[in-house]
Amino acid sequence: MLEINNLKCRIGDTEILRGLSLTVNAGEVHAIMGPNGSGKSTLALVIAGHEDYVVTGGDVTYNGKNLLDLDPEERAREGIFLGFQYPVEIPGVSNASLLKAAVNAKRKHQGLGEVDAFEFLKLAREKMAALNMDPKFLNRGVNEGFSGGEKKRNEILQMAMLEPSLAILDETDSGLDIDALKVVAKGINALRAPDRAIVLVTHYQRLLDYVEPDFVHVLSEGRIVRSGDKTLALELEDKGYDWVREAASA
Amino acid sequence: MTSQNIESFVNQRYQHGFVTDIATESLPPGLDEGVVRAISARKDEPEFMLEWRLQAYRQWLDMKEPKWPHLHYKPVKFDEISYYAAPKSDADRPKSLDEVDPKLLETYEKLGIPLHERAKLAGVAVDAVFDSVSVATTFKEKLFEVGVIFCSFSEAVREHPELIRKYLGSVVPRRDNFYAALNSAVFSDGSFVYIPKGVRCPMELSTYFRINAANTGQFERTLIIADEGSHVSYLEGCTAPMRDENQLHAAVVELIALKDAEIKYSTVQNWYPGDENGVGGIFNFVTKRGDCRGDNSKISWTQVETGSAITWKYPSCLLRGDNSVGAFYSVAVVNNMQQADTGTKMIHIGKNTRSTIVSKGISAGRAQNTYRGLVKVMPQAHGARNHTQCDSLLIGKQCGAHTFPYMEIKNSSAKIEHEATTSKISADQLFYCRQRGLSEEDAVNMIVNGFCREVFKELPMEFAVEAQALLNVSLEGAIG
Ligand SMILES: Nc1ncnc2c1ncn2[C@@H]1O[C@H](COP(=O)(O)OP(=O)(O)OP(=O)(O)O)[C@@H](O)[C@H]1O
Ligand SMILES: [Mg+2]
Repeated sequence: MLEINNLKCRIGDTEILRGLSLTVNAGEVHAIMGPNGSGKSTLALVIAGHEDYVVTGGDVTYNGKNLLDLDPEERAREGIFLGFQYPVEIPGVSNASLLKAAVNAKRKHQGLGEVDAFEFLKLAREKMAALNMDPKFLNRGVNEGFSGGEKKRNEILQMAMLEPSLAILDETDSGLDIDALKVVAKGINALRAPDRAIVLVTHYQRLLDYVEPDFVHVLSEGRIVRSGDKTLALELEDKGYDWVREAASA
Repeated sequence: MTSQNIESFVNQRYQHGFVTDIATESLPPGLDEGVVRAISARKDEPEFMLEWRLQAYRQWLDMKEPKWPHLHYKPVKFDEISYYAAPKSDADRPKSLDEVDPKLLETYEKLGIPLHERAKLAGVAVDAVFDSVSVATTFKEKLFEVGVIFCSFSEAVREHPELIRKYLGSVVPRRDNFYAALNSAVFSDGSFVYIPKGVRCPMELSTYFRINAANTGQFERTLIIADEGSHVSYLEGCTAPMRDENQLHAAVVELIALKDAEIKYSTVQNWYPGDENGVGGIFNFVTKRGDCRGDNSKISWTQVETGSAITWKYPSCLLRGDNSVGAFYSVAVVNNMQQADTGTKMIHIGKNTRSTIVSKGISAGRAQNTYRGLVKVMPQAHGARNHTQCDSLLIGKQCGAHTFPYMEIKNSSAKIEHEATTSKISADQLFYCRQRGLSEEDAVNMIVNGFCREVFKELPMEFAVEAQALLNVSLEGAIG
């Protein structure tokens, strides 16, 4: 589904990704871990098409297409979803109107008709109930004044509504209380399907207790320095990143 | 047929009557007493009206153009303007839509303006655009039954001189300001509305403006009187871009609400703003004032301003009656080289008077947007309350927003609240929306519409939808 080959990118004059390769197949769940500043969010944003990041080498293929040729909105409509580490606030725009516009943009792309207000509300309420979200959040400004945990839950709501083929969740577990973590994990697991893939960027094993990854990768200084199965995460929790770094440079 | 079309149809008939009245050539440029007399004569006006115009003209001669607005433009050469232009004859007009500028047609399409109206708007010479005479008759009859007078200003001068004498200039005196004096001397035409005691006007009244723009001319004059306990909602303007050879527009609108009466006045203004460099746009200097003359009366102004190169406009309320209520809801959008200096004045005179001001200014391109508002509480106005909310949204780095709130509070019991915010559409917000599948343009539109929501919800439903579409078109290409 997603094939990243020797990807290099910079922001300003700083090179951040330095030859990163990663293959994600349909049906798989990948976890990406790594120290602060190693380039995890950068990778997520480059996949989503953020224009501040200049790709200087390598290629990215998504479902056979050259991903780097597509605008961010085209990538989204093709089924790529990014759960942001820091979701932005858009005051004045209701959560409902953004959600509805997003759902309809995708439907239009797929050649489907727009959902009407009634259908939309029904669907949104259903998904919100599953995430223990108060329906009142539909009428609030997008992330406006949301607590950290509420913002993350809102990202999961958007994901649930959009049913992406490839979901990249950047530290969606950070800032969640224990109950919220379970709810969010439930939301992620609900999306697991043979034709979908999920990439979790996380610092903690606790999310992986609920959403079991097929692969775990360690990112350091813009490269994947180690990959393994779910036991790698446990090992990391135990030994810290120095262990990987040492191993990598040895 | 939608109500909009019905109104257009009615007014189209009126237009033809009008055209036959005055289908003569334009007056030569320049202004003197002779020109004022000629205008009055062509309209067949009674003596008192001519006298009124002449006095206004003499007062205007002594007055100077205001220099205080935050606006920059080449001085208007008042002696080079023709103060009376006959409507274009059919021979000069395009014969069909094929002869009309495709860009204009594209805009109509985006605004969702019905096909048959596009022809009219583009100035195509067509006769019977609307098909059903009976619908129009029903409309007129319905108003007549309840005693509502809704006609052109010229007609009112001829048919209802007693009302004109009593109310004209009673809210905006002739010498109120430079442009009002000019308008009083040479006003071309406009609308007149009278709602009798206790009557709730059975439909939204809309100017024939949409269809009749060519004739309304540069110096429009509107007078609306809501007698005791009556209620009326009036819509002015048009979302379609209006082109006009006349660069200077100076309209006057007077509203009078007697005891327990309510007037809701909504405007969508979309005059030609000029090209990206500001060439050729309309200068719009408008005096709009509502007088809550009776106790418990209520006047609200709702405006969506997107057009004109220069806008100078402060719809205001005189809250004379005890417990009277004034409101001003405004969205002003400027793009490219446009400049707007707009806002309101709320003058609290009666006891327990209340006013609300919600102003939303959006600037893009190199445009400048200024809010200028006055809240004045007179010594006798016990218990006055005002709430002002003044928000600016900037799109891009070269535009500007300015806020000048003035307050003159002469009664210590007054409660005045003022809130102001300035925000920008950030690159992060746009990226977030695009990651959810929205195009950049749709993202901007969504954010702008969200920003304006409080004002849009004050507009009549149909108008609100149009206004939203209009904003989107006005801001096209604002990013990027
Ligand atoms: N806009 C920017 N300007 C300059 N440097 C940037 C910018 N964005 C990211 N960086 C730098 O790129 C590096 C990688 O950042 P990134 O956000 O990808 O790290 P991360 O692995 O997600 O870290 P964390 O675990 O703290 O979220 C960091 O050193 C960061 O400071
Ligand atoms: Mg990060």
